[in-house]
Amino acid sequence: MAAVTLLEARDLTRHFGGLKAVNGVDFELAEGEIHALIGPNGAGKTTFVSLLCGRIPVQSGTIRFDGADITRLPAHKRVRRGIAYTFQITQVFANLSVFDNVALAVQRRGGRLDVDTRAALDRVGLADRAGQIAGTLSYGHQRVLEIAMGLALDPRLLILDEPTQGLANAEIDIFKTLVRQVVPDTTVLLIEHNMDVVMDLAQRITVLNFGEVLATGTPGDIRANPAVQAAYLGG
Amino acid sequence: MTLSTRIWALHLAVLAALLAGSVLLPAYHQTNVAKVMVLATYAMGYNIAFGYTGLLSLGHALFFGAGLYGAGLLVQHAGLPAGPALLAGILAGGAMAAAVGLLALRTQGVAFMIVTLMFAQAGYLTILYNTAWTRGEEGIVIAREARMLFGHDLSADLPRYLAAFALFAAGLVVKLWLVRSPTGRVMIALRENEERSRMLGYDPYARKLAALVVSGLYAGAAGAAYGLLFGYVGASLASTQYSILPLLWVLLGGAGTVLGPLVGALSMFYLIDYSSAFTTASLLVVGVALVLLVLFAPRGILGTIRERWLKWLP
Repeated sequence: MAAVTLLEARDLTRHFGGLKAVNGVDFELAEGEIHALIGPNGAGKTTFVSLLCGRIPVQSGTIRFDGADITRLPAHKRVRRGIAYTFQITQVFANLSVFDNVALAVQRRGGRLDVDTRAALDRVGLADRAGQIAGTLSYGHQRVLEIAMGLALDPRLLILDEPTQGLANAEIDIFKTLVRQVVPDTTVLLIEHNMDVVMDLAQRITVLNFGEVLATGTPGDIRANPAVQAAYLGG
Repeated sequence: MTLSTRIWALHLAVLAALLAGSVLLPAYHQTNVAKVMVLATYAMGYNIAFGYTGLLSLGHALFFGAGLYGAGLLVQHAGLPAGPALLAGILAGGAMAAAVGLLALRTQGVAFMIVTLMFAQAGYLTILYNTAWTRGEEGIVIAREARMLFGHDLSADLPRYLAAFALFAAGLVVKLWLVRSPTGRVMIALRENEERSRMLGYDPYARKLAALVVSGLYAGAAGAAYGLLFGYVGASLASTQYSILPLLWVLLGGAGTVLGPLVGALSMFYLIDYSSAFTTASLLVVGVALVLLVLFAPRGILGTIRERWLKWLP
């Protein structure tokens, strides 16, 4: 079955002064896949997904999402089209309750406030903490809440920026189960340093290095790729 | 009793107490509390922008002044009755907030404070410049005959008190409903973390503009009511001092609390009133009170009560 392309980036470029953070990247996401983005620190991964979700404006190149050109669309309108982004550094609303954090996502897409918010919290196992102030949650729970907010938007594409950073092994297992549950309704793009998570979850992997695509392929392809081994996996 | 019932019961009880003041308070305090209710309405509007949405404006005197002069000039020069003049004042406040917001909201933080301050100063100077219409610093005294609303003389104690009460009550009910609505939740989200709100699909610029316009409508309503109830429209009421005062009332009462502006305006008013009975340095007393506030209750009176005891306070 030929995969339908959900998102397509062509010749995407973003330089910061002399630093070529993202330099002529071509990239495709198939609908329903779990796609991991890996690469050494400073390879341009976060900049690249920031271009996709509109947090940073594109210098040149185009982005098409679901058949439409979104290159110049502001971030909040991309979210409305179904691109959700969860932050690398946890950015929950620390002074609001757990319920309100997720309710903000639910009400934006016009969901049933109480029912859908409870359901979203149930899904990630935070239902019994709905009334708690988000800032008083443990770090791991805040990461999970961040993901719950992304999921509560009911996105077509969920971009997760280092979601398992700082999580305990048990929490990582919960996270993996969660991601497997949302596909194929939601396509997942994952920036991740934990290779076990990447190899376990991803159907395809793209390796970035110095702002350029080094390789794209299945976990097997990537593992066997000599260039990737040299640049990243350490041989 | 559900949470919602408890919240409405508290706020309606406060309104009932204020209404009871119309028969219980002696004339002197009745005038004072009427003034406080009008100023608290102004502060409630300020609180919608500052306390809930996180917009620290130093230019709200412009919106208050727009209401004050919007109503006052129409009464004075066009002979408009008090009712339509009040409406015009409300709209003037909202329109001014929209015009300023369209430009000022392109900035954030300190720059936003400076830009709003600058607009308000320009408005103040415009009032002074057009002395032929505004009578400058001297101001306009609105004649008693022009201050009739639905057949009631707003210069008399009881109708004035009741009119101020009606304004405040309407403002309080709308505000309580607003801040507990989904829209209010988004306003608070913008205050807490704008970037996160944007990445949930909310347009920060449009949302902040809407909040500022609502805030301007409140300020315009309070300004127009002030002119009509107390019969004076003067440039001092549109000066920088009147941009700072609502900020102080809100901080004293508790930013981001529905009743905070009333508590703040009432406390500050009577602090000055009582201290000026035994000293000419009443502003020094206010200063000391504010220092104590910053030291011991930085979240304001109701903010502290909410933090320590009544977590459900909206």
